Amino acid sequence: MMATLLRRLCFALVALFLAAPLLVVFGVSVNEKQDLSFPPKGFSLSWYGQIFLDPAWRSALVASVLLALAAAALAVAIALPLAWFLWRRIAPWANVFQALGLAPFILPPVITALGFLSFWATAGFYGQAWTAAISHAIFFVTLPLVTLSLGFASIDRSLVEAASTMGANDRVVLRTVVLPLILPYMVSGYAFAFVLSLNEYIIAYMTVGFTMETLPIKIFNALRYGYTPTMASVSVFFVAVAALVFGLIAWFGDIRRLLGAMGTENS
Amino acid sequence: MSGLSLKDVTKRFGDFKAVDAVNLDVPHGTFVCLLGPSGCGKTTLLRMIAGLEDPSEGAILLDGSDITPVPTHRRDFGMVFQSLALFPHLTVGQNIAYPLRIRARPREEQVRRVDELLKLIHLPGFADRPVAKLSGGQRQRVAIARALALSPRLFLLDEPLSALDAKLREAMQVELRQLQQRLGVTTIVVTHDQREAMTMADLVVVMGEGRIRQAAPPIEIYRRPADAFVADFIGSTNLLEVTADGAGRATVFGRPVVGLAMPSGLAKAVLSVRPEDVRLAAAGAGAFDGTVTFVRDLGATIETFVEAGGETIVAVATPRDKPDVALGQTVGVVLSPDACVVLAK
Amino acid sequence: MRREPPRSLADYAPLVFPALMLTVFFVVPFSIMIAVSFFRRDPAGFYTPDFVVDNYARFLSVFFGGVLGFSLLLAVLVAACCLAIAFPFTFLLIRCSRRVQTMWLVGLLSVLSLSEVIIGFAWSTLFSRTAGITNLLVAVGLMEAPQALIPGFGAVLTGMVYQALPYTVLVLYPALVRFDSTLLEAARTLGASPLRAFFNVVVPALRNTIVATLIMVFVFALGSYLLPQILGRPQHWTLSVLITDQAIYQSNMPFAAAMAVFLVLISLALVGLTLTVGRKESAS
Repeated sequence: MMATLLRRLCFALVALFLAAPLLVVFGVSVNEKQDLSFPPKGFSLSWYGQIFLDPAWRSALVASVLLALAAAALAVAIALPLAWFLWRRIAPWANVFQALGLAPFILPPVITALGFLSFWATAGFYGQAWTAAISHAIFFVTLPLVTLSLGFASIDRSLVEAASTMGANDRVVLRTVVLPLILPYMVSGYAFAFVLSLNEYIIAYMTVGFTMETLPIKIFNALRYGYTPTMASVSVFFVAVAALVFGLIAWFGDIRRLLGAMGTENS
Repeated sequence: MSGLSLKDVTKRFGDFKAVDAVNLDVPHGTFVCLLGPSGCGKTTLLRMIAGLEDPSEGAILLDGSDITPVPTHRRDFGMVFQSLALFPHLTVGQNIAYPLRIRARPREEQVRRVDELLKLIHLPGFADRPVAKLSGGQRQRVAIARALALSPRLFLLDEPLSALDAKLREAMQVELRQLQQRLGVTTIVVTHDQREAMTMADLVVVMGEGRIRQAAPPIEIYRRPADAFVADFIGSTNLLEVTADGAGRATVFGRPVVGLAMPSGLAKAVLSVRPEDVRLAAAGAGAFDGTVTFVRDLGATIETFVEAGGETIVAVATPRDKPDVALGQTVGVVLSPDACVVLAK
Repeated sequence: MRREPPRSLADYAPLVFPALMLTVFFVVPFSIMIAVSFFRRDPAGFYTPDFVVDNYARFLSVFFGGVLGFSLLLAVLVAACCLAIAFPFTFLLIRCSRRVQTMWLVGLLSVLSLSEVIIGFAWSTLFSRTAGITNLLVAVGLMEAPQALIPGFGAVLTGMVYQALPYTVLVLYPALVRFDSTLLEAARTLGASPLRAFFNVVVPALRNTIVATLIMVFVFALGSYLLPQILGRPQHWTLSVLITDQAIYQSNMPFAAAMAVFLVLISLALVGLTLTVGRKESAS
């Protein structure tokens, strides 16, 4: 009885701590006037409309979404063959590439960001939009790499053997057995990378910060040069997108397992 | 020659010889059981036949041609795995049609073959079910049907029934044997269950420590085991030490067994006698005397434990000729010479 | 299927693209950054190639020593706070039903994925005079007039704990899920109260996990680059903030790179330490 009460209290406090700033931001986002007050004065959803109607916010939204779509796709394209190779072959030295894939995510992001800044500046491509996509793909390749390694590890190797006794060569096995079985892990890896890329600030800022505004950059600039409730509505929008994506992963897959293994990979 | 031939097939893992110079000829249409305790190399041998492992030495021949270098996917064998290895992302029908689909056979042929096979395994109309919704026995049958979809040249099964409960397993043994006889396909089953081997096989191959200890029809293995290992592994048996006396007669506990001769040149050997062949009589009337230490009445059979010379001998009788003995009583143990097998140590 | 060593050149084909991408876009940038840390600053552009150690020598000032000390102290504090909250919380969480666990994990992931910009903005709003928490206190009569709680050290610490807490829970989660709860039950049957059993059995059994988590959260907190800027005063800026500042606003790439190399060394040393701790745990 006592224990249940204590547990409820603990959960409620953590939930309050995690939700409080988001609730305030939500409150601010429904202010009627251009006013960052809380509790909100009046009620209006017009600031949500602004995300799509205001040309500056809309172009930041489009830039962010395109960047995240491209970066996540590239990250999966790098992680998939690597994870497949590590699963299929005995080649201990190839683990170096796995370590390289995990490193950017473990090191402080500012370091990776600075590395990209010096690289693109030296290569002469500094400021081009596509450099941000490649930078994000490398930075977030860890996520699909971890989910895909987990996916491969979960494939019963006798399935592959069974396919080969029935006449399937390596390529047919890959197409008819392996890919269908790891598709869910590919999707979650893509989704993780997409959401994190959407939210990423420092690498986008250091690579294309002066030529292109992504949503996080736009929010940060607004934070410095003039508050508007649109910042709040965009933030709520971000939380909603993240919750939706992770909710879908949990709905269609086993998020507990995904996280159980992610932790093992990291520690 | 027609059928499967193994020539000096050896498999090493590091210093360990999992399979040690195995030679075996399996005529076309034979049902073979590879039988042995875990770790005896039987699964490794089956995997080499399937091409899933490469032999370290030796050759595997099918109908006279060397298939050792042929990769698994070109061998056209059917194999049932211990885990069954049914594809979880495909339905029952898609699983069975898999070997036809990857060979791009026409759609109608795939459907017809799936229907045929589902009828054969008594699961008509199951084609569209997901594999996850099947019971253990149903999955078993689907795995068998899938392996047979292409009419394989060789049908291989690795402990196929081990996941089933005892009753279902017995029924499936009979079903599998009948299926094989109807199709006439050369079949090799790996099992550690000697009852299973006795039920299904034309040829039982007993393996131990990577080597073939005996390859013979089941009843011969049971009646004439080649050595103590085989005698002990197949059914239960009494193993007693025999020595030759001056006249070349076999003696147990210092007393000669009437009518039993030692193989020439052997001074010491092991005598194997099945419990159902041991008869109890009045003291002094048998080959030697012993004391009854335990009686177990199992309903269908009665087992009597007799201690003699530091060994325990088990005698099994049916209720019809239940021995009239009591605990602690001294009895004579009768060994009939034609039921005794003398084995080199 | 067996895993087998690659036999022909074609077997390496799948490795080509990932290896190329990771080498060109991670190893090379990283090397360039190290090289740049020895270059000379060019006020007009980025830098001019050279070999000078001035950039490293500049650390040896009282100012940078102070920043470094503050960064490490802040990261330690954040790690300690996060663990103090996350450990009991995660321990309770793994005893909940699957549904409850899944809902919490979705929520934690959503917060974890939030941009530092958004976290900074959210907390600066919560701590602001116009929209902040003090308005609530005024409304219930605990306070005379609303006031701003930013900028300040408390705000920086709160923001960073908020940012690192979901990460801490997610790092602890797999280790705690695997914890054999019969140990705890055994302690209970032997007469230990739940709290006593928690401290006498659970905490010692997971000591290495706790140390490893502390280090991981510490490294994570070292990487925070925006929260100190948004929620703190200049004296609360950390090494990560200074690196950004030097690279972008002071256009001193070589110095920023030198600081970054230094930060990598600290992080790598600590990650190495985590791995050793982890290895010891799996060995015992």
